[in-house]
Amino acid sequence: MGKNKLGLAAAAGLTASLALGSAYSEPVEDKLVIDGREMTTWTEAPADHPFDELISGWHYRTDETRALEADSFENPGMLYVERGEEIWNAVDGAAGKSCASCHQDASETMAGVGASYPKWNEAAGKPYNLELQINECRVEQMQAEPYKFDAPEQVALATFIKHQSLGEPVEIDLAEGDMQKWWERGKDRYYLRTGQLNMACATCHEDYNGRYIRADHLSQGNVNGFPTYRLNTGGMVSLHNRFRGCIRDTRAEFPAAFSDDLMALEVYVTWRGQGLSVETPAVRQ
Amino acid sequence: MKLTRRQALAISAGAALAVVAGRAGSAHAAVDDTEKAIQDFTGGKSPETGRIRLTAPEIAENGNTVPISVDVESPMTAEDYVASVLILADGNPNPDVATLHFTPMSGSATATTRMRLAKTQNVIAVAKMSDGSVFMDKKEVKVTIGGCGG
Amino acid sequence: MSNAKPRIKVPKTASKDEVITIKTLISHEMESGQRKDKDGNTIPRKIINRFTCTFNGQEVFSCDLDPAIAANPYFEFSAKVPESGTFTFEWVDDDGSVYSDKAEIEVS
Repeated sequence: MGKNKLGLAAAAGLTASLALGSAYSEPVEDKLVIDGREMTTWTEAPADHPFDELISGWHYRTDETRALEADSFENPGMLYVERGEEIWNAVDGAAGKSCASCHQDASETMAGVGASYPKWNEAAGKPYNLELQINECRVEQMQAEPYKFDAPEQVALATFIKHQSLGEPVEIDLAEGDMQKWWERGKDRYYLRTGQLNMACATCHEDYNGRYIRADHLSQGNVNGFPTYRLNTGGMVSLHNRFRGCIRDTRAEFPAAFSDDLMALEVYVTWRGQGLSVETPAVRQ
Repeated sequence: MKLTRRQALAISAGAALAVVAGRAGSAHAAVDDTEKAIQDFTGGKSPETGRIRLTAPEIAENGNTVPISVDVESPMTAEDYVASVLILADGNPNPDVATLHFTPMSGSATATTRMRLAKTQNVIAVAKMSDGSVFMDKKEVKVTIGGCGG
Repeated sequence: MSNAKPRIKVPKTASKDEVITIKTLISHEMESGQRKDKDGNTIPRKIINRFTCTFNGQEVFSCDLDPAIAANPYFEFSAKVPESGTFTFEWVDDDGSVYSDKAEIEVS
């Protein structure tokens, strides 16, 4: 039985709570301080933004989960930061290089870098996120195999690099190349209703933000904490994994990781959270 | 976090759905196993209340990672200390969670870990003192069903 | 993660008979033996089943773990030591592997 019935029950659950409008509750007022540094987790939105205020998903979580992210020792995501650091320093590929061979000490060379991705890549003619950039470095510079989507090494390395921007405000450059076009395409995708449940990103994270989908408190869907440690899986979840999971849950066909559709969505969704601090590795349910 | 009535309803609706879905199918209420585990640990003694405090969230954000702490009042000297604490969950497929062993060098009989709960159930902590006396505390932890494949 | 890697947090110094807090975390999936793979076969249990903290060879705190301990096992506990020395931490895997780490403390 299991699977089919579970699916129906899940679908019923989603529809029911949306149809009922379910309960609203304010995100928790609290300050996120990590190793003495205060993160920007709640800030005024720019004039052209659909929200008045930008709120990190951290504020939608329970006391215990918020505390877990705030402690850089207790945060299990830090295990993956440490693993990423090992990979950063490990020689791989025919060129006999590691990431560190070119980029030396990541705490200096990568500070702030993760906060500015995705970035326009002229040669590729599309925006690159950290994962695509890492793969390009591996192929071109290290003569190593590119990582497959969500390979543990890819997730750990992306987590490590993004963590070097902890506390830095997310800020992407839409003036470069065709970024604006990709932003528009991502915006269309964000508001596009898909799947048997006929839901868009905006349904949960804009229209019903602050309400409950079954027992989950719906956040604004900001991506400043990705890759994120999930209590549910006991591991890191990459942004494109989350995108695909969300779209799958609307019972729609979901695009491939790093496809143009999802890269456009990454550009747009990252823009929506500009000004919030990078929290990688955030801790979420 | 305080729950509004509607949130509480949403949670129970989620739980009901989980039952319909057979999602908790493998998680038999292992109440008998739990009772047996306590008896085995205490050597047949019935635990008293007091001296041990179990801290757990009233509602777990996700059942797969639930923080719990135990704290037992004791001087923790060579003559009088907490020997061990048994932790059980009476609604998991198997009630065993962990057995903590303390020594006078622990300084205080306190420990924190993170556990898995298959559904809403009681978490039980039983402390055995160096003189053989046993104490118990119990907390119900509600495990909710997430909206997004949670 | 396949390669279990411990993290420990121990104060570098303490006064004699001070009760200090120790925190430990190790990367490990804690495969419970309860899950099934896509083909419906049970995924074999593989957990860390024992954790021990000793100080200069004497046990401070230990734990027998069951599959209900969450992935990436975390332990926070206390210690009271009479002299300077070395804490040794050991995690024993179902497959027999032992992962270990050490920390020095100066007691004045």
